[in-house]
Amino acid sequence: MNYEITHLDVLESEAIYVMREVVAEFERPVLLCSGGKDSLVMVHIAQKAFSPCKLPFPIMHIDTGLNFPEVINFRDQLEKRFDCRLLIASVQESINKGRVKEDTGSTASRNRLQIVTLLDAIEENRFDAVFGGARRDEEKSRAKERFFSFRDEFGQWDPKSQRPELWSLYNGRHRHGEHFRIFPISNWTELDVWRYVERENIALPSIYYAHKRKVFERNGMLLAAEHVESDLGEEIFSAMVRYRTLGDANITGAVLSAATDIKEIINELASTRLTERGATRADDRVSDAAMEDRKVEGYF
Amino acid sequence: MELLRFATAGSVDDGKSTLIGRLLFDSKSAFEDQIEAVEKTSEQMGADYTNLALLTDGLRAEREQGITIDVAYRYFATPKRKFIVADTPGHTQYTRNMVTGASTADLALILVDVRKGITEQTKRHAFISTLLGIPHLVLCINKMDLVGYEKEAFDRIRSEFADFAAKLQIHDLAVIPISALHGDNIVDRSLNMQWYGGASLLHHLEEVHIGSDRNLIDPRFPIQYVLRPQRDEYHDYRGYAGTVATGTFRVGDEVLILPSGFTSTIVEINGPRGPLQEAFPPLSVVMRFSEEYDISRGDMICRSGNQPKVAQGIDAMICWFTSDSFLESKRKLVIKHSTSTTRCLVGELVYRLDINTLHREESVHRLTMNEIGRVKLRTMKPIMFDAYKENRLTGSFILIDEDTNDTVGAGMILGPTD
Repeated sequence: MNYEITHLDVLESEAIYVMREVVAEFERPVLLCSGGKDSLVMVHIAQKAFSPCKLPFPIMHIDTGLNFPEVINFRDQLEKRFDCRLLIASVQESINKGRVKEDTGSTASRNRLQIVTLLDAIEENRFDAVFGGARRDEEKSRAKERFFSFRDEFGQWDPKSQRPELWSLYNGRHRHGEHFRIFPISNWTELDVWRYVERENIALPSIYYAHKRKVFERNGMLLAAEHVESDLGEEIFSAMVRYRTLGDANITGAVLSAATDIKEIINELASTRLTERGATRADDRVSDAAMEDRKVEGYF
Repeated sequence: MELLRFATAGSVDDGKSTLIGRLLFDSKSAFEDQIEAVEKTSEQMGADYTNLALLTDGLRAEREQGITIDVAYRYFATPKRKFIVADTPGHTQYTRNMVTGASTADLALILVDVRKGITEQTKRHAFISTLLGIPHLVLCINKMDLVGYEKEAFDRIRSEFADFAAKLQIHDLAVIPISALHGDNIVDRSLNMQWYGGASLLHHLEEVHIGSDRNLIDPRFPIQYVLRPQRDEYHDYRGYAGTVATGTFRVGDEVLILPSGFTSTIVEINGPRGPLQEAFPPLSVVMRFSEEYDISRGDMICRSGNQPKVAQGIDAMICWFTSDSFLESKRKLVIKHSTSTTRCLVGELVYRLDINTLHREESVHRLTMNEIGRVKLRTMKPIMFDAYKENRLTGSFILIDEDTNDTVGAGMILGPTD
């Protein structure tokens, strides 16, 4: 018998362990799914963790109203594909109800508004554990994130009051109104995610793969002409592009790419020299600590 | 690709951040936008060279104060291995972080400034690494460029460390002369130190043999969760989910279920990728047994010829984590061990350990934050454990404050009290 085990197998078993631990110890977990690769990997692993049972928690999508239509289409098939319960929390509704006000100006986005919609949904549904697909390699403020990340009754993250995590002993004890964000794929890198998508043959929204699209360049990012209005002097052109992350359509940039399948994406990633967020997300470019600030308030 | 988890310790002055930045940079795991940002900041700070230490800079609060608050996790990979680095700050008050980072590590990397030699901090790091049972230790003697890459300086520190290490249980030690700043002996063997016959740091990290570190002898499968599908086609199905802690389990094996003491036979093992004939650590699996006894979370599957201890009195080394309260006799705490949680009563504090001198102070009455001591505990219900040095997963526990819900301590079991 050969007891060798690959790093993907170790990461997969670790994520399964974390998910089972949560279902054993919390009352009302929920899994946040943006329709992006990281959350779809999580859903895939959750199915393995509880098979042959149905998923013991619902999946929740925070709909900003500015998502790529390809992602919304994909989301709408989730229930059927995974035989699970899908909840949708809408930022537009939060705006209509007067819970939040839209930003204005050139860096305006609904990114921060999602925080209120998310925290309201957590409170309304009394969720006590919220699975997220964040990875520690994504961004420097995430390098110190825990698997079990404590949030106070305001939903806030205090980096100084996080509980130490030793071995695989997670402490999820909390009071009423407090909750935990749970990050089962904390230890995965972008490349690990793609290798796993390849190995497990996980279906993803089409825009992760190279396609022809009308784009224009702004601040070194390629924005979709279909979703963002170009300014005078920003020339629209047609190019083969793909998305490395799926944020809102108005702030997420595409990268030039000929990678139409997973193998080609992995090859491309092996030689790329830009982080996925640095390459494609306007929301993380606002300031050096943009992500840290959003996290403190209760962002994913 | 194999996975290696290592913990680094050392203070900012020892060049730890520079070393990690160097590993990320040289293994091409740092990206252009990160490097560009670091170059810009270095320029603003008026540095002559790119400050690679900035690559591992974390929170705004830390940048402002120039300190590291917490354990940070970094990732890099070579074609041979994927590495997870638990980067822990080195100050005295952060023993708790070092213990945390060390708890999951296969290897500890300790940095020494060649001009300063072995300090109390070095000793503390080495001791904690051995206390936490890390199988491999690498001592990097850094800033060799500042002593003209001289062999004598290296030899002096190496033998000084060897004297101290003789008191510890170190199974595998490598000592490497490096310059993190200039990249000597990091990826390639340095031309500046031809007298050094060993491997470069990265080569050592890629090649160190970790295949035998797992315990494949003592079968321990803590039940984590019971799967009971509410579907007709799975009527009567009971699947027992968990992660194999140590040892191996085969379909057909007769197993013992603790604490009930019943025996049963494994009829099916399902792994993440489908049915398995044999399960081994650290796979998460689902097992089914021939007889359906009342098995639940917190139970332990083992073999009648190889069982953990079952006791309510345990003798353990405990590291205390909080400044809000003390660990003292008669205190009640929640103890989480493997997949079971119960309460415990603190008994005798046998001694407190001075982690700089390894001296045992016997007439103390409490442990305060960042202190380590030998303590006896009495648990409300029996726990099933092994000594930590034989089994890191069934020999470890955390202590939780019932009022604040905080994790206030971590323990490594020495054995039963009686």
